[in-house]
This record gives sequence, C-alpha cells and structure tokens, in this order.
Amino acid sequence: MQLLTVSPSPHIRSSMSTQKIMGLVILALLPAMISSVIVFGIRALLLIVFCTAVCVLSEFVCQKLMKKETTVQDGSAALTGVLLALNLPATLPLWEAAIGCIFAIAVVKQLFGGLGCNFANPAITGRVFLLLSFAGDMTTWVKPFYYKGLSFGEMLSSNGNNAIDALTSATPLASGDAGLLDLFIGNVGGCIGETSALALLVGGIFLIAMGIISASTPIAYLGSLGVLSLLHTLISGGEMSSVLYTLLSGGVMLGAFFMATDYVTTPITTKGKIIFGIGCGILTFVIREFASMPEGCSFSILLMNLLTPYIDRFTMTKPVGAKVQEKGEN
Amino acid sequence: MKRLGGVKLSHHKNTENCSSQKLPVPEKVRIPMSMHIGAPCSPVVKIKDIVQVGQKIGDTDAFMAVPIHSGVSGTVTAISDYRMSNGRTCKMVEITTDGEQSVSPEVKVPEVTDKDSFLKAIRQSGLVGMGGASFPACVKLAPKQSVDTLCINAAECEPYITSDYRQMVEAPDEVIDGVRQVMKWLSIKQCIIGIESNKPEAIRILKEKASSYPEIKISVLPCTYPQGAEKVLIYNTLGRIVMEGQLPADQGVIVMNVSSVAFVSRYLKTGMPMVQRMLTVDGDAIKNPCNVIVPMGTPVADVLNFAECEIDKVKKLLYGGPMMGMSIQDINDPVLKANNAILAMKKSQSPKSSACIHCGRCIQACPLDLMPPQICKAYEGKDVEALQKLKVMLCMNCGCCTYVCPAKRPVAETNQFAKAMVMASAKK
Repeated sequence: MQLLTVSPSPHIRSSMSTQKIMGLVILALLPAMISSVIVFGIRALLLIVFCTAVCVLSEFVCQKLMKKETTVQDGSAALTGVLLALNLPATLPLWEAAIGCIFAIAVVKQLFGGLGCNFANPAITGRVFLLLSFAGDMTTWVKPFYYKGLSFGEMLSSNGNNAIDALTSATPLASGDAGLLDLFIGNVGGCIGETSALALLVGGIFLIAMGIISASTPIAYLGSLGVLSLLHTLISGGEMSSVLYTLLSGGVMLGAFFMATDYVTTPITTKGKIIFGIGCGILTFVIREFASMPEGCSFSILLMNLLTPYIDRFTMTKPVGAKVQEKGEN
Repeated sequence: MKRLGGVKLSHHKNTENCSSQKLPVPEKVRIPMSMHIGAPCSPVVKIKDIVQVGQKIGDTDAFMAVPIHSGVSGTVTAISDYRMSNGRTCKMVEITTDGEQSVSPEVKVPEVTDKDSFLKAIRQSGLVGMGGASFPACVKLAPKQSVDTLCINAAECEPYITSDYRQMVEAPDEVIDGVRQVMKWLSIKQCIIGIESNKPEAIRILKEKASSYPEIKISVLPCTYPQGAEKVLIYNTLGRIVMEGQLPADQGVIVMNVSSVAFVSRYLKTGMPMVQRMLTVDGDAIKNPCNVIVPMGTPVADVLNFAECEIDKVKKLLYGGPMMGMSIQDINDPVLKANNAILAMKKSQSPKSSACIHCGRCIQACPLDLMPPQICKAYEGKDVEALQKLKVMLCMNCGCCTYVCPAKRPVAETNQFAKAMVMASAKK
C-alpha cells in the first residue's frame, strides 16, 4: 500500500493544455506557412524558422536573466515567432527580423510578466515596431514567384541585391490592381503569411472546429469591415467587388483569425469578443480609408488590445441567481 | 428551453449492468456518530454492549441531526474519536460482528397517520440525502415555505457511479411508492423526476411505472455535468431559479435523491432504519467493478477487497465521483451514509499549474455563469467587496472550471478560499 494522495475535487482534468493549444494554433498556421513558401520561396521558410528560433531563445534568456522558471516548452514563444514571421515581407534582412522578435518577447511579453500578463499582442507589436523603425524594408514587397530563375544563394539573400530590387512591387492593397482570385489563393505581393486568404481560412476554420478560438471574433471583425466597406462603396459609387477586395487583401484574414483571437490580449466573454471584433473592423476601415497608411489591421488590433481591460469590465457575465442591484438595470 | 450548461465528461458507467450484491458481513464495523450535516450524535451504547441490526447506537436532541443505527449484530468493542472530512472530530463506535445479523426488536413498522408522524418517522429512520450531501431528510422535508413540487434527482451525472441507476432498474416500484408517500404526507401536488438521457432503460421503466400517476412526470435531461446539482436540476426541469441565499423551498421545490426516496418507501414498509446502502465500486485499480450493498461503518478496505482491488497500486481513493468526491485519507476509514461510490485510482493527477492565459473556458463551463479569473484576481487582492459583486457565494464547487482549465490551475479550489474569505469578513 502506497501513501494515498489527498487533494480537493475535482480529481480528473480535461486533456486540453496550454501547450496543446499553442501547438494547434501553430498547426493551423501550417497552410499559410506552406503557401508562403510556395509563393515566396525558400526565403519565407528561412524567415519563419529564424523568427521562431529567435523568439524561443529570447524567452529562454529573459527567464534565465530574471531568474524565473523556464516556460519555453509551453509553445507560446514559438507561436509568436511564427506569427511575426508571417507578418514580414520576404526580403526583410534577418537582423531586422531579429530585433522585432527580441522586442516582441523581451519588451512586450516578458517585461510585463510573461505569458498571460502582457497587455498587447507580442507579434503585432513586434510588427508595428519594425514598421516604424524600418519603414523602407518593411514596405518593400517582392512579386509572387520572384525567386524563379534566381540561384539558391540569391534566393536566401535579402535586399541590396539588384535582381530583387527590380522585382519589387506595391502591395495590392496600395496599388489595388490584383484580381480577386489571385487575392484569394495568394498569388499577390505582401507579407509572406497574409497573402493567401484560402490558407488562412482553412486554418481559422480548423481552430473554430477544434474549439480553440471563438467564431465570434472573426465574424464580428470581417462582418463589420465588410458592412462598412459596402456602405462606403454604395455612397462613393464604386464597384461591389471592392468589398471582397477589402476583406481579402492586406493582413485582415491573418489578423481576424490569428491575432484578434489571442486569448491573453482580447476580451474573455463572447459579448466582449464581439465588441472587440467590431472595434477592429471599424478601426481597420478608418485607417485604410482616411489615414496615410495603406494597412490598418495591425494598428487596429493593437489599439483594441489597449481597450480590452475596459471591454472586460463592461461585459461581465450576470451569474444565474444573482440578485439584481436595486438601482442597476436588469 | 434554455438549460444551464456545464461540461461533457466520459461516463465510465462500467457497472451499469452489475446487479447489486450483498457484501459478506465484515469482521468489524466502525460507525461514526456523524454521517450527516449538523450536530453529531452521542453514543447510546457502551463498550461490551451487545447490539443487533437496526438498533439505535447514537442519538441527539439537536434539530439538525438524525440518529445512527447499527447495520450488524455483535459486540461494541471500542468507542474512539473519528476525524471527519471537515477536520472536526466525533465519537466512533466499533462493533465486532458475530455474523448472526439478528434483527433488533426495536425495528418496527412506523405508524404514520399525518405529516407530523411522517416527519418523526423519517427522523427515526436516520435518513440523510444519499446523493452525497448527507443533509438530514427530516429537516429538508419540513420547510416553512409552501412547496408545490417534489423534484427527484435521478440524473447521476458523475462518471462511474451507477448505484442510483441500479435502484431505478432493480426496484422502480420503491421509487414510485416513495415519491407518492412523500407527496401524500407533505401535500405536494406534483413530482418531476430528472434523469440523464444516458439511462434509457431507467427512463423507460420509470415512465411505464409512472404512467398511472399523472402527477408524476419524467424529465429527460442532456448528459452534461453537473446536471444533478440542485440549482441546475431545478432550473433544467422546472425553469425556476434558486436565487442567491435562497433554498429550493423558497422556489416551492424540495429536491430528493432517487435512492433516498426509495429508502422512504422501504422504511415505511419494514421499519428497518438506514443501516446499509448500495454503492458503486470502480476505478482503474478495481478488477471487478460492481455495485454492493454495504453496512454503514464497513472499512473501505473490505469493500475494495470484495471488488478485487489491486490495493498496492492505489494512489487515490475517493468517496463519491471524480468531480465532487472526497479523497479518503485512510484505507480503513468507514463507509458513510452518503457514499454512493468508492473509487480506487492508480494515478493521482496533480498536474503542475501555469499562468492563466485568459482563455475563458472556465466561464464557458460554469453552469452559473460565474467569472473565475476575476474571482481569482479579487481573491489575490483580498478584495471582499469585489468578490461579493462577482457573486462568489453562488459557487457550488462543481469543479467544471478546474476540469477544463488548460493551465491546470486549481480554479474551483480558489473559489472556495474566496468564499471562506467573504464569510470570514461577514463575521467581523
């Protein structure tokens, strides 16, 4: 007879764990990663692997320096790395990418207390940081399949290479000249992971089906952005297809399914998630239409991250059987 | 109709087809003087006294209590202290059995003519809620409020346990008769029996038996844990909400466990008080999962041996189900009135907890829509006012939040600490 364990109930736990959740999200990003490698070549793979490694290493070093328990095995740093890489243009120099990764993990995540304590999405903040710091490199887009005819070394290299410079094109969001089908399957320029709406949709639906993310956020986000752009089209008298163009181009798909659904930095209740999604949709529309920047997805999610504590406060659940406050509304 | 949710669990109803068997009379039984919520009894027997089956061995004048009877015949060999699960102690009577199982002359069919004599008989029967809460039935059945509905809890939503199911399948007439007796003497107009849909056989039998009594209805409930939690059951069968601080009687409802109500029927016919009960023995350390009828006070070890337990591999023993059951501290601890199961597990899961990632699964899982992450923060900040606003006192410790937490945090446990903090501040 061994010693009996005495512990409070419940005595069974579900099989879901933080590690499994992070793993499933990375798995859901696999179609986007594959399409990025197909469209932008070996350089995309290099960026993904490099960013993931730098993020994991940064987390490890931070925790060692702060004498905290090492938690890189939970997969959250790896996920940040993958997400950040998918938000970068194919030709970004590796040292710049590394700075983005270190900023995301060390400053945005670990300085605020690590997983669960950061108020802003590390990958998004890392991207915005890079965009402000290296505006040129971060907005240099290569055409799809630019790597055809290049040698292996040229494929791996970044800017400074004349052959690539000649191939740069504006992102379709800025130029507005891509076909809808090309946008849907990803045959356009842009950040490596955000071009194929199809691949992102497959991953997003997988996450919803697995119960990892709530469908309410992407529906509210894409829905509100769609409605606003429809209204805009009706008022300005443009073509109806521009609504689809808005939804499929830029980082909206990646943002709606993978960034605006981050547990830590978005509201906890379904009502809160809907408000968050609508807020992202409105901000994205406003930035795209009225601001000087072509893309507003990252900024809109980052701004809504800041509002999350307030949304949480106003979307508390009403417990069953709770007495209604005398002066409160029902 | 909207129903209160919860979590989906694997049922593990391995023993649903195991007919109840009688445990051989144990060599010794050790009967605590408190197997109910409320004041413990004092022994009314002395060392070396001869006792018989059904004989009263403990009683008290306290309102919130029921007497204790012996389930064996034999000699009182010791009266010692017993530490209850709540940390307090009470007396415990040890009886060395003689194997005769001779019935005491005290056992007589009670004379019931009106509500008062019915309630008196129920108290003398020693009945407590058999579903796990061990609330004295005589107190529950005598509310000051007017009650129009008797709600029978036959959900049996905890994994593994099938003792209520066996009661319904083996002796459905006892269930229906018990319901009718309670309704008759307490003048209750209607009864609703809530059963989870994973027990089609019990549903079929009870529907058939109840067909001649239009006042008794069967409500088939989805298999979500905690379907059998009082507030959840009342809402899901009747649509009534038991508000904070209220008892079911405030909503005109009395909830009784199906095995308890069947006992009422047996007692009124035979006069044999609550001296034994059926319980499920299961778990991965049990080679022969079964349903056994066990005298109160039987050491858990005897029950485990009967079910061919690999005792040297057991890491955790439970009174009751895996969601709300209590850890047994000693293999020789006694079987109590409310034990609907004994589970023996080879694994003792104490997963390491990590940071909360705000996934909100606990909020989704909570049948009462509480917000455990906010409660945890308020508790850590010792903010009693915030805890009251978050309605932490509503938490019934069903454990759904802890079960679903991917960070393996002790969520329900923290809620209990928070409740204790609120109660401590109310006393000041």
